[in-house]
Amino acid sequence: MEYGFTTAAYVVAAVLFILSLGGLSNQESAKRAVWYGIVGMALAVFATLIGPGAGLWWLSIPLIAGGGVIGYQLASKVEMTQMPELVAGMHALVGLAAVFVGYNAHFEIGNAADAVAAGADAVKELGTFGQLIAKKSAVEINILFVELSLGVWIGAVTFTGSVIAYGKLSGKVTSNAEKLPGGHLLNAAAAGLSLLCLIWYLNSGGFFPLFVLTIAALFIGYHLIMGIGGADMPVVVSMLNSYSGWAAAAIGFSLGNDLLIVVGALVGSSGAILSYIMCKAMNRSFVSVILGGFGGASGPAMEVEGEQIAIEADGVAAALEDADSVVIIPGYGMAVAQAQQNVAELTRRLRAKGKNVRFAIHPVAGRLPGHMNVLLAEAKVPYDIVLEMDEINDDFPETDVAIVIGSNDIVNPAAQEDPNSPIAGMPVLECWKAKQVFVSKRGQGTGYSGIENPLFFKENTRMFYGDAKASLDKLLTMIE
Amino acid sequence: MKIGTPKEVFGGENRVAMTPDSAKQLQKLGYECAIESRAGAGAGFSDAAYEAAGVEVIKTAAALWKEVDIVAKVRQPDATELKRLTKDKTLISFFNPAGNEEGMEAAKAKGANVIAMEMVPRISRAQKMDALSSMANIAGYRAVIEAGNNFGRFFTGQVTAAGKVPPAKVLVVGAGVAGLAAIGTSTSLGAITLAFDVRPEVAEQVESMGAEFVYLDFEEEGTDGAATGGYASVQSDEFREAQLAKFRELAPEVDIVITTALIPNREAPELWTKDMVEAMKPGSVIVDLAAEKGGNCKLTVMDEKIVTENGVTIIGYTDFPSRMAAQSSSLYATNIRHMMADLTPEKDGQIVHDMEDDVIRGATVTFEGDITFPPPPPKVQAIAAKPKEVVPELTPEEKRAQEIAAFKQQTKQQVALLGGGGALLLLVGLVAPASFMQHFIVFVLACFVGFQVIWGVAHSLHTPLMAVTNAISSIIILGALMQIGSGSFLVILLAALSVFMAGINIFGGFLVTRRMLAMFQKS
Repeated sequence: MEYGFTTAAYVVAAVLFILSLGGLSNQESAKRAVWYGIVGMALAVFATLIGPGAGLWWLSIPLIAGGGVIGYQLASKVEMTQMPELVAGMHALVGLAAVFVGYNAHFEIGNAADAVAAGADAVKELGTFGQLIAKKSAVEINILFVELSLGVWIGAVTFTGSVIAYGKLSGKVTSNAEKLPGGHLLNAAAAGLSLLCLIWYLNSGGFFPLFVLTIAALFIGYHLIMGIGGADMPVVVSMLNSYSGWAAAAIGFSLGNDLLIVVGALVGSSGAILSYIMCKAMNRSFVSVILGGFGGASGPAMEVEGEQIAIEADGVAAALEDADSVVIIPGYGMAVAQAQQNVAELTRRLRAKGKNVRFAIHPVAGRLPGHMNVLLAEAKVPYDIVLEMDEINDDFPETDVAIVIGSNDIVNPAAQEDPNSPIAGMPVLECWKAKQVFVSKRGQGTGYSGIENPLFFKENTRMFYGDAKASLDKLLTMIE
Repeated sequence: MKIGTPKEVFGGENRVAMTPDSAKQLQKLGYECAIESRAGAGAGFSDAAYEAAGVEVIKTAAALWKEVDIVAKVRQPDATELKRLTKDKTLISFFNPAGNEEGMEAAKAKGANVIAMEMVPRISRAQKMDALSSMANIAGYRAVIEAGNNFGRFFTGQVTAAGKVPPAKVLVVGAGVAGLAAIGTSTSLGAITLAFDVRPEVAEQVESMGAEFVYLDFEEEGTDGAATGGYASVQSDEFREAQLAKFRELAPEVDIVITTALIPNREAPELWTKDMVEAMKPGSVIVDLAAEKGGNCKLTVMDEKIVTENGVTIIGYTDFPSRMAAQSSSLYATNIRHMMADLTPEKDGQIVHDMEDDVIRGATVTFEGDITFPPPPPKVQAIAAKPKEVVPELTPEEKRAQEIAAFKQQTKQQVALLGGGGALLLLVGLVAPASFMQHFIVFVLACFVGFQVIWGVAHSLHTPLMAVTNAISSIIILGALMQIGSGSFLVILLAALSVFMAGINIFGGFLVTRRMLAMFQKS
């Protein structure tokens, strides 16, 4: 088939991909948008299969089909609470594929060089990609080397990074921030080594420097993500998402394929924006998240006055009976306890009594951007009562009861009241302005950041200790 | 240790400092409980009920005082009771330390520790043992009920077949705990309720209870009630005049007046003068909750109900809590129980009289043979409302100027970004070959489109966004498909692996996105 047709198909596919991302601006158009993406992908694959350079259909199609079956199994079995792991795991696949495709490009360059040396006949026997390379000048070949090693490098970082992120999210690797002795010096050394390998590779064109570069990149991916704690995972996952896009774009450059470049850039910028939004929501810079740990406090933290007052389920039930407006603030604790169904049931019962029940979602609640929304949607909580921080923060003073389920730092008033707090300036949900606050929490611990939460000591706060799911079960028996 | 409650000796006192419920809680703190026989009779708690709660019933007061380590009672102890104190005993009760010099001396001489419940500091942490507030709450409620009992009309307005009934008009003077309770009771009975307090900052609380706050046309540097521990302070003469003038204006209109104005350690201020009483309609009722301290109305007779010549009933009872002994006993017993909980940090039935603790220190009037009254000011002050910072309203010009400045700033930023980015592109263009630049343009444009599109994505759809970008990032399959047809075995192997992995990703990613999106349902 003609080259022109393939290019045309690519243009259509690119437009479809852009529409598919743009359609996610609201819940209804999103359902249509996925189809755009699917059609775009089908079109792109089909055009490539019948386009120039492709071959071995008997191998490609069964492989795609086989992958499809596995993908189908994964996607239909996965629990919504495991969504972060799934996404991280999938990033690893893209990263590894990028490394392999990069390697192949390297081998083809070698083949093309041999063919050019052998003469014009040998060049004709090469595939399209080979022929393309054979025409390139020395400068262009050098640029190709840079693009290719960039693709391989980013792909390798994405691969190990995502594997570690997967491990951390699924609890197979400790979610504490851990570093090898040497810390960021090791990362810097690995990055330096990568740069040296790149120069060496440009000069020699051999496979060995590329291989060493890959090893260094794999190490960076592993070590960087190991050093980041569990609650910063939303940033990490969106960053890896971004990287997988950039890897695809770099490979696109080396293959001279515009669709790869376009899609890679779309995905890359999408991930970058998500990381930016997450960092902004934690009032921390991207660098400080990636390098791990919280900034040191600039002075002694404010003394917390008062005491934590516990309450039993009957007290919460009574307060809910009396309340007209209720705001529920879910956090990672709800996901851990798998309490979303109970939360949804509670919401249904309260709404049936004519109470105004809404949800307040902080951008970094959970382990994945938008994690809470998906969990609540799974439990059939209507999305129009699930509100963002900015939409609901002003409504807290008119709220009778705020229920905090498994969140801590995102409702910490110290962020506003104590300029010395490590999270000072972080936007938080101002639930303490509600008439009454109930905090469902396992015990009297501090949150991920290790900061005391003055909310728990406020006069209008009552602590509802216990596993979120068990507590809600008890509460549900008391609310008809 | 053993905690015991004797029968109140003061005439007409029906309350009791321990209820079967509070006894159970005290036992959880590790104490044994004892009660004098028939001590709870006035409040409706029989000896049998106490026994059922595991309380030892002791026949006589003398035996009880002898037997127990801690005595909890309601009223200030009389001389006989004080004689029964010994060195190792702790007494918890109302004590009126400011007006009970002999009592303190007696307790000091005996070496007993005395905790006066009215001295519990007014800080948030101590609210649960603030017996004054719980008693005042009851007094406020009961005052309205007593007034209703002596008022020959409905509280609420009604239109009936037999004629129209106007609602009663109630004026509550002093919006402390008792005042607010009275306001709440009166509004829930349906009366039109007016309320006055010298602290204008309580207007919000008054209005939240459903009453109308009576404002004076008077400007004064109002002292913040919170600075004086939540109580009202003495006012200037001009203020008093303005206040009385307002009351005089209201007197002919109102049917029921409930006065609750008390200033700590002083005689009650006169707020409802003789001429106001005379101006009231016959059948009106005045309930003077300050009767014990001389009354806010000078015609009030302590502990009695009188009717004036023009038919106004003035009630001067001082035993409102005792008139609701079941309720007040259970609240007071709970206050005592919370005090004991603070005194027993280990829950082992042993008192730890920690004089470093603000609440315990504040309430203790004699300790180990010393008089410790008055206490030093508590370290934690009642939280005074900070004067609101007034944000100056911006004039339209200022707003406009701000907008222009913001716009200029934005323009500058954009121009700088565009300039920097453009220069960088040009630099790349200088060195890079044309074939590279073609792809580079596509790349830059795609990034730009990506940034524009992604900002519009709803926050709630971030997870589906990640899943779908993940699916489309497996576009890398194109590269693998192009390579799979050419080259050596190694190339085919690597390409095949890539195709396989990308295949998993494409199907998995799109499917899971669809699954998620299908869940988002509108209500």
